[in-house]
Amino acid sequence: MAEKVDVIGEIRKYDFRVDERYVFKARKGLDREIVAEISAMKNEPEWMRDFRLKALEVFESRPTPTWGGKIDVDFQDIYYYIKPTDRQGHSWDELPEEIKQTFDRLGIPEAEKKFLAGVKAQYESEVVYGSLREDLAKRGVVFVDMDTAVREYPDLVREYFSTVIPPTDNKFAALNSAVWSGGSFIYVPPGVNVEFPLQAYFRINAAQMGQFERTLIIVDEGASCHYVEGCTAPMYSSESLHAAVVEVIAKRGARVRYTTIQNWANNIYNLVTKRAVAYRDALVEWVDGNLGSRLTMKYPAVYMLEPGARAEILSVAFASKGQHQDAGAKVVHAAPYTSSRIVSKSISKSGGRSSYRGLVKIERGAKRSKSNVVCDALILDPQSRSDTYPYIELEEQDVMIGHEASVSKIGEEQLFYLCSRGLTEAEASTMIVAGFIEPLVKELPMEYAVEMNRLIALQMEGSVG
Amino acid sequence: MNPETLSVVDLHVTVEGKPILKGVNLTIRRGEIHALMGPNGSGKTTLGLAIMGHPRYEVTRGRIELDGEDITHLEPHERARRGLFIAFQRPVAIPGVRLADFLRHAVSNVRNPHRKEGEELIPMREFRKELKEKMDLLRMDADFARRYVNDGFSGGEMKRAEILQMAMLRPKFAILDETDSGLDVDAVRLASQSIAEIGGRQMGLLIITHHERLLEHNPPDVTHVLLGGRIVETGGRELADRLHREGYDQLREKYPEAAAEEAALAGETKK
Repeated sequence: MAEKVDVIGEIRKYDFRVDERYVFKARKGLDREIVAEISAMKNEPEWMRDFRLKALEVFESRPTPTWGGKIDVDFQDIYYYIKPTDRQGHSWDELPEEIKQTFDRLGIPEAEKKFLAGVKAQYESEVVYGSLREDLAKRGVVFVDMDTAVREYPDLVREYFSTVIPPTDNKFAALNSAVWSGGSFIYVPPGVNVEFPLQAYFRINAAQMGQFERTLIIVDEGASCHYVEGCTAPMYSSESLHAAVVEVIAKRGARVRYTTIQNWANNIYNLVTKRAVAYRDALVEWVDGNLGSRLTMKYPAVYMLEPGARAEILSVAFASKGQHQDAGAKVVHAAPYTSSRIVSKSISKSGGRSSYRGLVKIERGAKRSKSNVVCDALILDPQSRSDTYPYIELEEQDVMIGHEASVSKIGEEQLFYLCSRGLTEAEASTMIVAGFIEPLVKELPMEYAVEMNRLIALQMEGSVG
Repeated sequence: MNPETLSVVDLHVTVEGKPILKGVNLTIRRGEIHALMGPNGSGKTTLGLAIMGHPRYEVTRGRIELDGEDITHLEPHERARRGLFIAFQRPVAIPGVRLADFLRHAVSNVRNPHRKEGEELIPMREFRKELKEKMDLLRMDADFARRYVNDGFSGGEMKRAEILQMAMLRPKFAILDETDSGLDVDAVRLASQSIAEIGGRQMGLLIITHHERLLEHNPPDVTHVLLGGRIVETGGRELADRLHREGYDQLREKYPEAAAEEAALAGETKK
C-alpha cells in the first residue's frame, strides 16, 4: 500500500484549469465542413480527408448504442478541434507558459527524467511535446504523434491505419475516424526491445471539448515495448467527450504491453475502442485502470490470428458517485494453440455502478485454445451496483475455458479487525480496497503502482471531481 | 479512579436484540492477569468484543472505563489508540494487504493517537528494525510479514500473528480471546510462552481460555467465571485450577438461575 498523501492537495492537482489561449478553435458542432477544416488545418493527403468524410457518414448513419451505459451527449454542442500551439516542442521550455505549467503540475517532466524512454504530451487536440531517447531513435524506433506519422511515415500509416478498427466497427470508432487528432504512432523494428516505458499523457483543459486521439502501435517481429497512457481533465459543469481509437499490431514473437490509467473528470464520456491483433507466438497485454469519467465504455480486445498467440487483459474499474464504469475485455481465438487470460476487478462505491462486460470467442479450427476469465467485484455500500455480462461464443469443442466470478461486500468483520488496530474506518476501507486490487497493481511498474494506489485513495475520499 | 485500570461496570450487551451480558462487573489493574472462564455460549467473546467496541454488540446499560475515562461510546480505533487490544479467536483474512504494511499503519496510529489519515507513518527503517526484533523473539520467519493478513494462515500462524501485533502495538490492556483454540499442545505452550516473553506481565491481561496450558506462563492473579451472561464467581488462580479439574456442572448447581439462562440462550442459539 502506498503512503498516503495530502488528499486535498492531490485533488487540486488534477482539477485546475488555465486560460485558453489557442491559435485555432473550430466552431462548435460537427458536419462535413468541420471535418474538412480539420483535415485542411493538418495539410493532410487526400486519402485521409476522404477517409474522414466517409467515416462521418458512418457516424451519422449509426444510432447511439442503447446497451452499456446511458450516453447523453449533444454532438452539436461540442468543440471538435482546438489547436493549442503552432508547433510541437522538443523541450518543455518551448511550450507556452500555461501549458508547460500544466504538465509540470501533473509531474510529467519529472517522470520523464526518472524512468521513461519517451514522452508525448497531448493538450486538447494536438500533441504539444514529444521526446524519445536518442539511442532508441538510432535503433529505428519511431515514437511520434499520429499527425506527424501521416506526413513522415506515409507508407507504414497507409499499410496499417484503420486495418484493426475500421470506421464501420462502431459509432464512436466512426466519430474518431472523422475528427481524429493527435495520439501516438509507434514503430519498433524487428528484434528491438524498448526496456523503459513510452508514455503519452492526455490533457483536456477547455470546457465542452472533445478529444479524439488516434494511436497506432506496430511492434515488429521479436520486438517489444511497453506503452503507458494517463489522462486527466478539470471538472466543468457541462459534459465532454473522449473517443479514442487505439490499434496495436503485434507481429510474430512480439510482446506489447499497453497500460492505461484513466482519471478523467466525472463529467467526461469516455467511449474508447482498443484492439490488438497478435500473430504467431506474440503476446499482447492490456492493463486498463478506469477510475475517472462519468461513463466509460471500453473493452480492450485481442484478436489472436496465428498459433501460439497470447492475450492478457487486466482491468480495474472504480465507480464512485455519479459514475458508471462499463469496462471489460474481448478475446478472439482465431487460431489453434492460442491462450488468453482476463482478470477484472471492479469496485463500486457511493452509488457508483461498475459492470464487467466481456467476450471470449473461439472460432472454428482454433483447437487446443485456452481461455480463463476471473472477475471479482467489490461493493462498498448498499447504494452501489455491480453487474457481470460474460459472453462466450464457442465454435470449437477441443478447448479449455474457465470462468469465475465473485461479488463481495466489504465485511463488517474486516473493518472491525482493522479498526481494532487503530485504523479509522476510512483508512480501513481504503486498505481493504487497495488489497482487493493488489494482485493487479503489483503487475504495474513501481511508479504506476504508486499512482494507482494514490488514485484509489482519492476515490475513497469520495471528493474527487 | 485508579489511572491504570480497565473497568466494566454493570455491563449489559445485546446482539441483534438478544441480551447476552446481563450486568458484568470487572476491574483489571495494569500488571494484573485475569482469566475469564465459562462454558461455551456464556458470553466470554461477547464481553471481549464489547470492550473493543464491535458495532454489532450493543451496550444497553452500564459502561466501560479505561483509566477512569468512560469509553463506552468511543469508536474501536479510538479505543485502540488509548491502549486497548484484542487478540481475536478467529482473525479475519484481509486479502491483498501485507501484514507488514497493515502493522505499520496500525503502529503509526496507536503511537501517535492524533494522527490523521494521510499523515506521516512511522519511519520505515525504524519500523522494520522493530518488526524484525519482535519476529525473532517470536521465532517467526521474516517472510511471514510479507504475507497477506491472515490469508491462508494455519490456525497456529493466525494466533502467532495476533501475538506479533500485540507485541508491536504494546497495549496497556489486552484481551486474549481463546488464543489456544485450534492449536495443538505444543502450539499452545509456545503461545503461552510468547505472551509472557513480549511483556504480557507489564500489561493488564484478560485471558479467555478453556485450557490451563495458556495460563502456564501467565498465571492469573484473578479468575472470573461467566455463566449465563453474569460473572458468578471470582477467585484466585486456584479457581481456574479447580474448573479445569471439575468442569462447570457444580457451578451450574450452585447458580441454578444463571444456569437456566445459559440453557435458554443455548436453546435460542440452536434455532
